[in-house]
Amino acid sequence: MKDFAALIEELDATTKTNRKVAALAEYFRQASEADKIWTIAILSHRRPPRPVNTTLLREYATELAAIPLWLFEDSYHIVGDLAESIALVIPNDQMKSDKSLSEILEELILLKAKSELEKKTYVQQMWMQLDYYSRFVFTKLLTGGFRIGISQKLMTKALSQVTEVPEDELAYRLMGDWSPANTSFEELIFGRNEQAYVSKPYPFYLAYALENELEELGDVSEWAFEHKWDGIRGQMICRKGELFIWTRGDELVSDKYPELLHLVNFIPEGTVLDGEILPFIDGEIGTFNDLQTRIGRKTVSKSILKKVPIVFRAYDLLEFEGKDIRQSNYQQRREKLEPLIEEISHPALQLSQRMIFDSWEEVAAERELAREKRSEGLMMKRNDSAYRVGRKKGDWWKWKIDPLTIDAVLTYAMRGHGRRTNLFTDYTFGLWENNEAGKPELVTFAKAYSGLTDKEFAQVDAIIKKTTLERFGPVRSVEPTLVFELAFEGIAFSNRHKSGVAVRFPRILRWRKDKTIADANSLDDLKALIPK
Amino acid sequence: MKRSDLLVFNSKGIYCPRAKVYLDPWRPVNHAIITHGHSDHARFGHKNYLTHHSNIPILKHRLGDIPVQGVAWNEPFQINGVTFSLHPAGHIIGSSQVRVEYQEEVWVFTGDYKDEDDGVAVPYESVKCHTMITECTFGIPAFKWKPQQEVFKEINQWWKENKEEGKTSVLFGYSLGKAQRILKYLEPSIGTIFTHGAIENMTEVLRPQLALPPTQLITRETKGKEIQGGIVVAPPSAHGSPWMRKLVPFETGTCSGWMAFRGARRRRATDKGFVISDHCDWQGLLKSIKASEAERVICTHGYTDIFSKYLRELGYDASVENTDYEGEKDEATTSTEKETV
Repeated sequence: MKDFAALIEELDATTKTNRKVAALAEYFRQASEADKIWTIAILSHRRPPRPVNTTLLREYATELAAIPLWLFEDSYHIVGDLAESIALVIPNDQMKSDKSLSEILEELILLKAKSELEKKTYVQQMWMQLDYYSRFVFTKLLTGGFRIGISQKLMTKALSQVTEVPEDELAYRLMGDWSPANTSFEELIFGRNEQAYVSKPYPFYLAYALENELEELGDVSEWAFEHKWDGIRGQMICRKGELFIWTRGDELVSDKYPELLHLVNFIPEGTVLDGEILPFIDGEIGTFNDLQTRIGRKTVSKSILKKVPIVFRAYDLLEFEGKDIRQSNYQQRREKLEPLIEEISHPALQLSQRMIFDSWEEVAAERELAREKRSEGLMMKRNDSAYRVGRKKGDWWKWKIDPLTIDAVLTYAMRGHGRRTNLFTDYTFGLWENNEAGKPELVTFAKAYSGLTDKEFAQVDAIIKKTTLERFGPVRSVEPTLVFELAFEGIAFSNRHKSGVAVRFPRILRWRKDKTIADANSLDDLKALIPK
Repeated sequence: MKRSDLLVFNSKGIYCPRAKVYLDPWRPVNHAIITHGHSDHARFGHKNYLTHHSNIPILKHRLGDIPVQGVAWNEPFQINGVTFSLHPAGHIIGSSQVRVEYQEEVWVFTGDYKDEDDGVAVPYESVKCHTMITECTFGIPAFKWKPQQEVFKEINQWWKENKEEGKTSVLFGYSLGKAQRILKYLEPSIGTIFTHGAIENMTEVLRPQLALPPTQLITRETKGKEIQGGIVVAPPSAHGSPWMRKLVPFETGTCSGWMAFRGARRRRATDKGFVISDHCDWQGLLKSIKASEAERVICTHGYTDIFSKYLRELGYDASVENTDYEGEKDEATTSTEKETV
């Protein structure tokens, strides 16, 4: 455990990619086979299920620290991270355990089924046997969410240095449905596990946002265009009579979309499609908000299936007749994909239209239609582009439409997490609306916590601390004085929001120091932005 | 015993109406007793200053030629019938607590303090009182300091490793207090210790009172090559400034209690955080308050709401007063917590 904790500490201590890769590679050279596979699993978000819920963890920790629960909670709000808070309050700093990472993880898997008393005894003992940083890492394993800025790319880079297997090959091997319980390090990196292969997705090819002028992309005839759909990027795999759907987040979601599972009877064997999971209601693409009602659900009821049906809109073909065709070019792949979708002819499987234009002006004009067509903008793909691995520049670009914006007033603030620990950086914003008595008041409509510089956050933080009106646990209401221009991608009516409006991906565009709160927009202004 | 207002909080500072004297006032007054030299406690513009002898050179260095009277620790003196005395606070060199007594009622104002003996400042001395006015900069249970030997071992080890990689180590800490504490425990056998101007000036003032290793000031003429592999002690404000260019290639380290938080270290974009503070940690605060035998506790700066609430649960008569003191600043925030509710 000590080695793994030291690795995490080192990864956490630097923002420099080279150093992270070097630390990982060094670790992979030293670690045991079992620790290696577990490390890959954890860093690719394949941790074992949570054995103890966080409510219990809080109780165990406060008991050991001999402090009241409220004091722990208040401290947690300041520290901003549960595992870190627990690690800090537990009174031990000696490393007394020499258990390895894999031993601990195997214990955690067994722990899930144990009694509450056994859980408590185990967790408290571990806490008292680990030094501060190991305790923090151990608690992170219990609570999940290891966000330490290790991308898949970084890990494959390090693994490639150690194993001499090419990065793209490793990226593929690391994907899909495997776990340290059924796969050894050898098998994962060098071997071929038939069972895992059946469901294994390909690494996604991701586009960067367009950086240059359109004309610099060369001749428009070398390019094809599609609308950029606002759903969930997914890969649909049909092999050995089974169908699997993976998201770009490497999550297997087949069971969430029963209407798509049905396609297994229609799609030929040995087919892998890249496309978008989209809500499709009454012959129209729904909003992301609609999709949201499906994402979170473990069990899908009949009524929700009827209310928000899902389709898969395919834009690329990665495997055809059992062969990996990623190296053939986009045009060739599309020429196979388009007749295939037509042949399958199933309402739940749609084709994302490929468009060809005679001039860049026409491309720009098409982008202007994005909102009307319920897309986020355009995808631009070179006709001769292979399907590459990960985010690469040059062959594919995304060109999103400009966001919608509105000026809103900051009304509530909460302390941030991670590097914003102890700073008020998570804000709630309101817009004006007349209340029943005809007096204008601020109605909450969105939360945002990105878009300001560190310096601006520090300034806003200072103002929040000076203008606090009331506290509700970690949240403070503040005297409304600050106006911000917020940007968001989409907008729709919503019953789930107090304001009656849901906005997609709201973030702060800039601080309008030139405006007073009276200059901020009204809820009616916001509603006027909703497409008819 | 009847509760009196021997000390009150007004817009200018902590005031003793009977003696007509202020403690660490933040607005200009006639008579000011100053606990220590940090700028949020020792301010410009008072007509008369009174402080411990060892703090005088610091005050004169920072505030110029001010009218200041020096007193010794544990030597009571009278002002308008009120008995005052200063006692070591262990915060930085020359830092005091102020004990105020009138008709058998005793108040203590701690200023900033720490209960760990750092070998530089005269160690904190527990003073019995009825009412204790305490800071609580680190007044939540997430703060727990390691013994300083361990931290300085880490610092020297870090310096050694950087040197082996041909890099310069840049260590950030307050110019008054933290810097001298760092200098005292750096291992001169590893390499040369360099200083930023702000650190060198302050240290120069304190050398007559302290045994510190030799340091070399980085001037315009100092060549980058000479510094390579050495350690540079600089104030936090130097981080990211053009002054740093000469030090490339370097690794940065920050010495602060806030380094206990991963987020704080990342926010400051420092390569390494060393958790070392001139304030009490959570247990240090609780122990000191207990040892004072105070019944009433007034919290001035830090996590005052949380800390005083916990003290009330422990049975103290605890409350919060707003002051302009800042404690150890979490630099990313322009102000420390100023609780208004």
